[in-house]
Amino acid sequence: MQPTNVGNPDYFHKVVDCQWACPAHTPVPEYIRLISAGRYSDAYVVNWWSNVFPGVLGRTCDRPCEPACRRGRVEEEPVAICRLKRVAADYKDDITHRLPTAPAQRNGKRIALIGAGPASLTVARDLAPLGYEVVLYDQDKQGGGMIRTQIPKFRLPEAVIDEEVGYITNIGNIETRYGKRIDSLKSVLAENYDAVFVGTGAPRGRDLDVPGRKEAAAHIHIGIDWLASVSFGHTDKIGKRVIVLGGGNTAMDCCRSSKRLGGEEVTVVVRSGFEEMKASPWEKEDAMHEGIPILNYLVPKQVLHENGKLTGMVFEKVKAEYDDKGRRNLVHAGEPDVTIPCDNVLVAIGQENSFPWIEKDAGLEFDKWGMPVVDPATFQSTNPRVFFGGDSAFGPKNIIWAVAHGHEAAVSIDKFCHGENIAQRPAPQVVMKSQKMGIHEWSYDNEISNDLRYKVPLKEKEIALKNIKIEVELGFDPKLGFAEAQRCLNCDVQTVFAAKLCIECDACVDICPVDCITFTPDGAEAEVRQRLSAPAINPTQELYVQDGLKTGRLMVKDEDVCLHCGLCAERCPTGAWDMQKFLLETTKAGAACRSH
Amino acid sequence: MTYLAKPKLHHPKLVANALGYTRRDYEGSVSTLCAGCGHDSISAAIVQAIYDLALPPHRIAKLSGIGCSSKTPDYFLGASHGFNSVHGRMPSVLTGANLANRELIYIGVSGDGDSASIGIGQFAHVMRRNVNMLYMVENNGVYGLTKGQFSATADKGSKSKKGATNSDEAIDMVSLAIQMGASFVARSFSGDKEQLVPLVKAAISHPGAAFIDCISPCVAFNNHVGSTKSFDYVRAHNDAVNKLDFITGRTEITANYAPGTVTEVQQHDGSWIRLRKTAEDYDPRDRRNVMSYLEESRAAGEISTGLLYLAAGDEADDLHARMNTLDRPLNQLDTADLVPGSKVLDKLNASLR
Repeated sequence: MQPTNVGNPDYFHKVVDCQWACPAHTPVPEYIRLISAGRYSDAYVVNWWSNVFPGVLGRTCDRPCEPACRRGRVEEEPVAICRLKRVAADYKDDITHRLPTAPAQRNGKRIALIGAGPASLTVARDLAPLGYEVVLYDQDKQGGGMIRTQIPKFRLPEAVIDEEVGYITNIGNIETRYGKRIDSLKSVLAENYDAVFVGTGAPRGRDLDVPGRKEAAAHIHIGIDWLASVSFGHTDKIGKRVIVLGGGNTAMDCCRSSKRLGGEEVTVVVRSGFEEMKASPWEKEDAMHEGIPILNYLVPKQVLHENGKLTGMVFEKVKAEYDDKGRRNLVHAGEPDVTIPCDNVLVAIGQENSFPWIEKDAGLEFDKWGMPVVDPATFQSTNPRVFFGGDSAFGPKNIIWAVAHGHEAAVSIDKFCHGENIAQRPAPQVVMKSQKMGIHEWSYDNEISNDLRYKVPLKEKEIALKNIKIEVELGFDPKLGFAEAQRCLNCDVQTVFAAKLCIECDACVDICPVDCITFTPDGAEAEVRQRLSAPAINPTQELYVQDGLKTGRLMVKDEDVCLHCGLCAERCPTGAWDMQKFLLETTKAGAACRSH
Repeated sequence: MTYLAKPKLHHPKLVANALGYTRRDYEGSVSTLCAGCGHDSISAAIVQAIYDLALPPHRIAKLSGIGCSSKTPDYFLGASHGFNSVHGRMPSVLTGANLANRELIYIGVSGDGDSASIGIGQFAHVMRRNVNMLYMVENNGVYGLTKGQFSATADKGSKSKKGATNSDEAIDMVSLAIQMGASFVARSFSGDKEQLVPLVKAAISHPGAAFIDCISPCVAFNNHVGSTKSFDYVRAHNDAVNKLDFITGRTEITANYAPGTVTEVQQHDGSWIRLRKTAEDYDPRDRRNVMSYLEESRAAGEISTGLLYLAAGDEADDLHARMNTLDRPLNQLDTADLVPGSKVLDKLNASLR
């Protein structure tokens, strides 16, 4: 086997599963340690530089970090990373003095951002402090985009949005043109901006096409439009019996909002299986906790109505069948149709992009699905001056992806405005630092907590369901937050091996609580994986291989379930093992991303 | 030495043995020995062997004397019985315990100071009585607890960490054990668990005195150039006479060995030892042959390891067999057994008239 090249930043980055999984590559263990230390402001600022909306994301993130968390592989559940982010946001002091401000001297470049959602706001945050003059357009009267219009207030209070959008618009050099819908890209391009960023999201909700839909239209709403209407206070009630169609997070927001606006019998109906629903498991749990049943394998067949008034819906019962190639088909289950009486139907069966305002001759190519052709690394369209990001680039995803897109697009715009090749992407900034302070002293807490995942306390259901503006999650208090933070394994504190110091005494092999380390003769990787102290069966986790030992054997460490407890380094008599903190930050727009 | 206990979290695929215990269940408290100490590897080998044999921890007694090695019973088999005795006196305590309760499995742990200096008399007698036990000497050639003076097993001519040369002859514990009458004698190396673990398993299953002289480098005081008990020196001079597989049931030999290279030996308890010869003409059952081989090997500066001697016939009978004691442990005999009454006494007296 080839010795591992730890000089490649990806190697140790992958060991920090949460950070690797995060689209914005937030240094998760770093901020969790700061929370443990009670340094909430510092934890918040680490987050802010990386993901721009810690308070918002600490309540709403789709948390790709948590399924990746190593704790979930060595114990039952991952660290509650997302809700710890909220702890930092909730208990920080005033941090405004630590935020960047626009320089008095502008750099002479003007950038238009269309749509004031998370992607555009991230671009503004990255570019305004560099001297760019940023113009931010949005059709609504306030910034925030889908963060403000589609996430119900009982999950995300308005004050949090105002605060974090304000941190960006207060940087300076950002002109907001809110309440003005852009109807023509060409008219924007005509204003001689140096670059235009499109962050208009996926604003069109998919509609239902079954008999009776048109006749009962007054009582059937498109999920995201209805949520926006609720958000702005135009809608404040719904019928007693509500059916929500769809299995995504929007459907979960619709059903829980309905329950707070007068819906007594709220039912979620999905076409396919409960397990296949797109909604995050915790959002499904939250809905069911509020007494909302989720019925599956029911395909909408007909809308029932009398004199223009909706009375119910008929569904065909289906079952899943798999063909030879493993593809799933929903076929008639041979059971009678199901009729559910209702007063309202909310349709949350998907979102689409929509660019009616981009003219055919604006110099942009669109693919056969009507999506703009966008480079996945640079976010540049076929018109070099126009960049895309967030849901408008590659279809509906979530906030943290929009932030990640925004950072990369800002790098592209910065390089583009300086006449550089935007295809050359900057390497991340990496610092490795030994944590050794004394014989048994490390500058991180290496004692492993045995606690199971803590639940976030909730507002009593009776109170929470009465008012759509009452935040239902109370968040961890500092004590619970500390206990949960202690569950983090500090996966960024890496085990680094120096073969020339090793005397092959086996002390590390003997002490390792999870049998990670093996000294073994060379072989093919698949075969070596089988003969380690514990077979390395997770092929997505790499083996750390080092040669140069006196006996000619290899040191092979399976990174999969390493607890990063540092006992290998504590038991090593020669210092061949060292615990080194790996801190990776993606390179943002600015001098560091440019070659000149 | 480490201040933190080993975390409770373990590998998610950790396998349980026939008793339902994982290897982690056989561990003891956290070691306070120097980082990298060979003794900790021996503890880990014992844990692995007992786990593999699926022995119930409460059926095992660990006894030791004084010294770095004698501290180690605290670091393995945390749920077993333990007795930390006086310096060099572990053999007599173990003999007494074994006489009183022959049903326990006895593990005596000692060092080169404890067994070759202050306790050499007791060592000799426990071997000649062939007490059923595993006697493990964790042999590092120095007095580690008093900062590295030569012990009685340090080779003549070897150098201390400070540069002094040892002018005295070394006591070879293996030769001594064979001469005294131990019925299972082996030598191994803490840095070679592939050899050590099967030896520990075979020794524990052996019904008699099973002695393992395990070279265990002292990383603090005896792991330098000029030492003959360092990791590098032992690796460079290791002469393994055989490779041993310990098997509880007799399974078919599936691997292809050259004819005459594999010997199978059944022990009294029914377990089998399969020896794969690596040294030509080495027969561990021929005592005279063994003694001359060991002497030649020592003269050549080699360290013979493996299962060096295995007694046959009467020589393998342990203390209980020789004394013709009851199968029942003596500590389970009650007053009725011990005071059988005047009728039995009369009958006994009559038989002597």
